[in-house]
Amino acid sequence: MIERLRRNAELTLLLMGMAVFGGAYALASLGRSASVPANIGPFLAFVVGLFVLAHLAVRRLAPGADGTLLPLGGLLNGIGYVFIARIEPDLASKQALWTAVGILAFIATLYFVKRPRDLERYRYSALLIGIGLIMLPLVPVLGNEVNGARIWIQAGPLNFQPGEVAKMALVVFFAAYLVEKRELLALPSWPKSRPILPDPKHLGPVMVAWGVAMVVIMAEKDLGTALLFFTLFMVMLWVSTGKARFLVVGFSLFALGALFAFSQFAHVQQRIDSWINPWADPNGPGGFQILRGWFSMADGGIGGRGLGLGLNNIPEAENDFIFAVIGEELGLLGTTAVIVAFLLIVGSGLRIALSQTGSFEKLLATGLTTLFGVQAFIILGGVTRLLPLTGVVLPFVSYGGSALLVNYIQLALLIRLSDDAHTRVQRRARRAPIPAAATP
Amino acid sequence: MDRQIKRLGIALGLCFLALFAQVNYIQFWQADRINDEPINQRQEQRSFNSPRGDIVSADGVLLATSEENRGGFAFRRLYPEGALFGGVTGYYSFNLGSTGVESTYEEDLSGSNPEISLSRLSDLFSEHENFGNVQLSLSAAVQRVATEQLGEREGSVVALDPRTGAIDAMVSFPSVDPGPLATNNQDSIDIKTLLDADPEKPLLFRAYREIFFPGSTFKVVTASGAVERNQVRDNYANATTFDIQFSDRDLGNFNGGECGGNLVQIMQVSCNTAFAQMGVDLGSANLAGAANAYGFNDEIPIDLPNPAVSVIPETFPTDQGNGPLARASIGQGDVQASPLQMALVAAGVAHGGSVMTPHVMARITDQDGEEIRSFEDTEWRRALSADANTVVHDAMVATAEGGSAEGLLIPGMTVGGKTGTAQLGGDGPPRSHAWIIGFAGPEGGEATVAVAVIVQGQPGTDQTGGAVAAPIAKAVMEAVLAERGSR
Repeated sequence: MIERLRRNAELTLLLMGMAVFGGAYALASLGRSASVPANIGPFLAFVVGLFVLAHLAVRRLAPGADGTLLPLGGLLNGIGYVFIARIEPDLASKQALWTAVGILAFIATLYFVKRPRDLERYRYSALLIGIGLIMLPLVPVLGNEVNGARIWIQAGPLNFQPGEVAKMALVVFFAAYLVEKRELLALPSWPKSRPILPDPKHLGPVMVAWGVAMVVIMAEKDLGTALLFFTLFMVMLWVSTGKARFLVVGFSLFALGALFAFSQFAHVQQRIDSWINPWADPNGPGGFQILRGWFSMADGGIGGRGLGLGLNNIPEAENDFIFAVIGEELGLLGTTAVIVAFLLIVGSGLRIALSQTGSFEKLLATGLTTLFGVQAFIILGGVTRLLPLTGVVLPFVSYGGSALLVNYIQLALLIRLSDDAHTRVQRRARRAPIPAAATP
Repeated sequence: MDRQIKRLGIALGLCFLALFAQVNYIQFWQADRINDEPINQRQEQRSFNSPRGDIVSADGVLLATSEENRGGFAFRRLYPEGALFGGVTGYYSFNLGSTGVESTYEEDLSGSNPEISLSRLSDLFSEHENFGNVQLSLSAAVQRVATEQLGEREGSVVALDPRTGAIDAMVSFPSVDPGPLATNNQDSIDIKTLLDADPEKPLLFRAYREIFFPGSTFKVVTASGAVERNQVRDNYANATTFDIQFSDRDLGNFNGGECGGNLVQIMQVSCNTAFAQMGVDLGSANLAGAANAYGFNDEIPIDLPNPAVSVIPETFPTDQGNGPLARASIGQGDVQASPLQMALVAAGVAHGGSVMTPHVMARITDQDGEEIRSFEDTEWRRALSADANTVVHDAMVATAEGGSAEGLLIPGMTVGGKTGTAQLGGDGPPRSHAWIIGFAGPEGGEATVAVAVIVQGQPGTDQTGGAVAAPIAKAVMEAVLAERGSR
């Protein structure tokens, strides 16, 4: 019963999201070229079909899952697509293809991962995959440097960011390992005279995994991902052990590391400088982009300039700065909608984490949700100058195939976790004796 | 773990709250300030995608208009008259910014002025692009006469109505066609680079943006100061040189002649020795005061960007004797003036001592040709009292009727004038600027046109203002008078 209610709600929300997408797509095209795209009918039917397919898969494979996650993902993906098609029409078909691939991956994940607990067994494989994928771009032939960051691999016509997949693999590893060791890690035993930290031998593998990831990320000059990994790691350590002192120690270490990076690396220095005062060098590489982003958002004001009617002159608008274009054309209303959508994803994800009974599942759900939330916050904060700008993509919205694919897998895992918890509750309810008061 | 997850939720919630606060800050609280930042070019970029009003001359000739464009920006700016009005209209270019009228009346031409954007109530409800058209006080016919008369000689012509300050013609040579500079592509930048490198500085509209030695035309200012302060001698002794202290290089008259007499006589022959004496009698403060009363040492409030400030020192160094002051009194040495400033001197004398604010805009109209506003005439400077003005005025008329400015005379008109031949220092063959300033109007009545002409760097010593500049000024004044229909 409750399953059907949830699924019907999901379908309704999904169709509403699709209506927003279809309307926005037509409007953006009208604003840009005063004509509706020629193949809009078949195209919209195709997209709606894709999401209905995903919905049917959930109905069949995870009927008791939370009903808001898929519509939220679809809505963000749709808004992202509208803006990518509006900013750089050439990229639209690729993004549409990747959306289809992402949804297939979503269905496949639901199909193959029947019990989240199964993932726990693959913790070391996940670690190997994660580290391997992160290091892949450093391989001479495969690696490809784009905009100063060596995070791409090229295989034939396909560009791929393996780091995106690595993020998820490492979440699985962290969750499994920390659950196993969390009691030991919560126990201060080092140094012996005045114990404040756990025995290094328990922390060792995590630190090694994390350290390798950090070093490699630094070598790849991808500051955003480094920040994301670090935050994710600290949050999972804290949640699993319940010891806030890990946060204190961790972020002190981070402050030291940041200071070191600031004094040693020109590209770090430049990011910080253009964050603190972008006006100092308004035409320089950093300040230019940040100011353009600010100017276009301010230009949008409350209601926006209208879809397809903005100036569209920010570098990397389809990637990191897509939020600024949304702000320009949809105004404060549009930016607020995006922020609220991510807030809802975080809320749903953490509610799923709370509903879990197993520690691993709890931690996995927390990790996956944190990945969405922190990644969105890092890039949105960067674009709005709340944080220094570090390039990560905005989940579901920015252009990028690998990221979209991983976002859908992440979403599928959360839905699987949600359904799993629901099924447990139902089963327990069925097994429990009927309360005496309920009998006539 | 649940407690930590709840706290994590609160922490992430706070992060997104901060994000929400920040977008409110950017898009609502500070949006206007950010939009107005000088390095924020979005308004300009947008205006290049909207139509823009026309600039037309007083006699209805289209000077600048916007044409729909394929590719790039939606519109591009055309200047059908080319270089004829180049300095006045300026250019409107995305790469190079805007100059001239395009810059001064930006708000009216783009329609961002609320007077225009809300000029019709119905526009609030319809998709209607609003912009204003600017009609200039300059006449294309007069402008053409001035350009032809000046020919290919470096120099400037300024003609205006002394009663209102409305400019009738303003040209310089060399001049630039603004069209190629407004193409909005790399070409415009290349052309600008080329023009900037040109030693003749064709982009500098020298009629009001450059200053020169005014030479003897400045004697009108010296005379004004002396008459106003009752310091004119009844008779200046005949002399061939004026003794300069601490120097062997005494100040001589033109071609070494001997001259002297009363104010009218010394004005008619442009007597250097007498005016040097007059300036030294006045003293530096009074001489500068007389010049400032015409607008020297101040930015002329014309409705065009970056006017040059004409200069005269407020005090002269005392250790160099009377030399600097004597030379300044005859428009040499430390005095420099823009052609527009010298035209204002003539206009002030012509208009009872009152210098009106000069302007190029006559009126702003909306797309239906309805007038939105016109230029309000105001007095800028009170140069002379009425009594003193009569004396100076009559001396200038006498100079045109029987003196060095005879070339200005138009039969049946009351004409006044003063020539100038400003010698340029330096090595090499002698060169000089040929100047004339003057005014004309119906016989016995108030002058309706004032003019200043400079032809720069003429070789030799016989290319005087009377010989070179007077015919240009006369032709331009005749053209203006014909236009006024007062002939």
